[in-house]
Amino acid sequence: MKSCPTKITLIDDMAITLKVNGRTHTLDLDPATPLLYALSDDLQLNGPKFGCGLGQCGACTVIVKGQAVRSCVTTVKSVEGSDITTLEGLGTPEKPHPIQQAFVDEHAAQCGFCLNGVIMTAKAFLDKNPKATEAEIEQAMSGVLCRCFTNVRMLRAIGRYAR
Amino acid sequence: MKPNRRDFLKTSGALIIGFSAGALRVTRAQGPLQGSPSMNQLDSWIAIAADGSITAYSGKEELGQGISTAQQQLVAEELSVPFNRVKLIYCDTAFTPDQAHTSGSQSHPTNFNTGNLAQAGATAREVLFRMASEKLGVPVEQLTVSEGVISSGSKRMTYGQLVGGKKFSLALDPKARRKPATEWTVLGKSIPRPDLPDLVTGRFEFVHNVRLPGMLHGRVVRPPSVGATVASVDESSVAGVPGVVKVVVKKNFVGVVAEKPWQAIQAAAHLKVTWNPGPALPDQATIYDALRKQPARDTLLVDSGDVDQKLSGATVLKATYLHPYQMHGSMGSSCAVADVQGEKATIYSATQAVWYQKNTSAMILGLKPENIRVIFRRGSGCYGVNGADTVTYDALVLSQAVSKPVRVQLTRRDEMAFENYGPAYVIDQRASVDSNGNITAWDHESWSPGLGGRPGTNTPGNIITGSLLGFQPAAFSPRSPAPAPGAFNNNSNGVPSYLASGTGTVQSGRVLTHAVESRFFTGPLRSPARLQNTFAHESFMDELAARVKADPVEYRLRHLRDARLKEVLQAAAKTANWESRPSPKPGNRGTGVAGGRGAACVLYEGDNGYTALVAEIEVNQDTGQIVVKRMVASSDVGPISNPDGLGNQVEGGALQGLSRALGEEVTWDNEKVTSVDWRTYHSLPLGFEVPKIEAVLINRTEGEVMGAGETSITLVAAAIGNAIFDATGVRLREVPFTAERIKAALATRG
Repeated sequence: MKSCPTKITLIDDMAITLKVNGRTHTLDLDPATPLLYALSDDLQLNGPKFGCGLGQCGACTVIVKGQAVRSCVTTVKSVEGSDITTLEGLGTPEKPHPIQQAFVDEHAAQCGFCLNGVIMTAKAFLDKNPKATEAEIEQAMSGVLCRCFTNVRMLRAIGRYAR
Repeated sequence: MKPNRRDFLKTSGALIIGFSAGALRVTRAQGPLQGSPSMNQLDSWIAIAADGSITAYSGKEELGQGISTAQQQLVAEELSVPFNRVKLIYCDTAFTPDQAHTSGSQSHPTNFNTGNLAQAGATAREVLFRMASEKLGVPVEQLTVSEGVISSGSKRMTYGQLVGGKKFSLALDPKARRKPATEWTVLGKSIPRPDLPDLVTGRFEFVHNVRLPGMLHGRVVRPPSVGATVASVDESSVAGVPGVVKVVVKKNFVGVVAEKPWQAIQAAAHLKVTWNPGPALPDQATIYDALRKQPARDTLLVDSGDVDQKLSGATVLKATYLHPYQMHGSMGSSCAVADVQGEKATIYSATQAVWYQKNTSAMILGLKPENIRVIFRRGSGCYGVNGADTVTYDALVLSQAVSKPVRVQLTRRDEMAFENYGPAYVIDQRASVDSNGNITAWDHESWSPGLGGRPGTNTPGNIITGSLLGFQPAAFSPRSPAPAPGAFNNNSNGVPSYLASGTGTVQSGRVLTHAVESRFFTGPLRSPARLQNTFAHESFMDELAARVKADPVEYRLRHLRDARLKEVLQAAAKTANWESRPSPKPGNRGTGVAGGRGAACVLYEGDNGYTALVAEIEVNQDTGQIVVKRMVASSDVGPISNPDGLGNQVEGGALQGLSRALGEEVTWDNEKVTSVDWRTYHSLPLGFEVPKIEAVLINRTEGEVMGAGETSITLVAAAIGNAIFDATGVRLREVPFTAERIKAALATRG
């Protein structure tokens, strides 16, 4: 019985330019590298996280050109030159973005690992759909997981930001 | 129950797992591990700096449950200082006492009653008062304290002036007076968690974000299933992969180390490993029947001796309940960073037991425990024993092979296919009722598979990496018949609440458990055994109530004698505006949407948290889909440290319980686990039609503090199943209650 190696074509590193949180970085990367690794390893950002590597849970979400994007299944090459915003790009502990403040106000966390995906997905959705109903917000968050099940508080925080 | 299934610590600092028959609880045989700060020395718990700032040391860690905030409140309260003046350091073997695991809803009972951290706080306050009395020449009784300043009139001294920077060099005083809850000003308040601003802005450092100078990245290559062995590894297969530093093969452990994460992933994907398959897995379709036929270790939890006689000739109700293997399924796959340099190792791990891990890591590395430091860093929410310990061993082995710090994070599949699952259960129930409808005898018999568990102090083979490295899991020894029951305890909630030996009135009862061997690793998944047993008990209680046409809440109250359990049930029912009538609800037309309600209650672990739950649901009888509209969860866990934190646990537990009740089930084919991602393991997402959840918190300002992390979750499957019955007249006896199962059950109606 053999493990089945994933078919990967090895390509040499090349200079890739990423615009993250308003700063431009040029990195030597295999162009097929998922964006997540460039953000968390090369740029040492803590916001985007590896949850599943399959685009199923949302933990790695970043906002690219206004869209919530799963950085674990998005190559660096495909977002080269685009404006990429991570959780760090929204605000700081000292000066949080209103959606971040809403999560603090609602005490909307347990372990906190999913927060990146929850906040970034909600923000991208609400920026486009500022008048979304509760049901529409639930629908928009149906591809995001929180395994501690802090749903009540998180949805309340999203609702608070929406208002 | 199988030994070591759950290393459960009623008190801190356990070492030996002294397993008593039928119990999951571990008794403390001796003190903390060698090298731990002494448990009875004040300096092990509290230090006061010259500026009056206070550092507290705890062996109970923050997993996301809010315990670090509560511990900070506790120390601030006992020492009468503002919350922010206390700094808490927890779970670092270089500093903090060995309080064994952070698990089992034991952090509050352990550190908030009259021992350990709480007693250290009380002792420090009394010592400081005595010191101030001496220095100021004022009797202790005439001194008061505020914000760390002890004074009498114009005479005053700060904590910093009294002990600043020096050691107390005193033992904990068991007679030092804890502040009663009625006097609390810091404890008992919903102080927000200090980690929130960092968490929501990405500044917070999880173990996944630990970055050491010169750190490399590892990746493991797991077998197809537990039991498979390495036949060969072709190292030449990764020759062209950039950044590869080393291929590491040790017995059946296979891993790679590379310079960057993506390179490690590619190397692991390219590495050709040939495996000898392990034994075929049992047929999932017949797993519950198969469990009954395996060699078993039998345990009698209670036996009044007259159950067969009472059941014979009486009106007897019988039912069998089935619960699947379920997984922790942590949101982030597990990660650890290890730095092994020669004889020494530093480990960053999300383990729930740093001191135990120090010991088992020494076994993995062949080093001395005293040369190993384990530093807890928060991982993704765990709920028992996810991949945090096993990935720590992975990082250790790979780091030792390259003598550099190595970070390892598991793939989603490796997290899900090899973690220690919450075990499956088969539970048979029989009970007899008299002519008044009262229960006269209750007979419970269960079968549950186990393998491994927490590694504890010396069993790294209880989890996958230790096993691959050649360590054996805890031994299984069948035993039948069961010996006579020992002293009563209901730690596993195997004993129904309604038996007189526990919290009820029914004199005749027998609870017989059969622990059998599992082909998958198992371990304590939030409310282990208690959830499965309570699902069976509280569903069956509902069946009994329906049989005698009694209201399910009234019927429970009729068979309970514990006043607090009764009160917590009444509180939930009252808040839910419970309508007293038998189930099912009359008037169901058999099609369309039908509404119903269900209740359940339990004293968690027999002594660790009173809880009750009322669920209101709607069943679409055409599709089998259910929507939970409302859950009212009441809780009485003694004096409440932080109401909002407790509410967060109750809400999260209720919804996690809902996910487990409605969708979660480990699946497999004949050679491997097939529930290996979020398409194949069915968790409720963040966005669904979330029920309204009301947490009813009964604050007992007197008496012992109990645990609260596993209360509400224990009741959900039963309350939902009871509500489905109320709505439709159909009883679901197998978790999860998928739409297909509900629809199939509805089709059996006449």
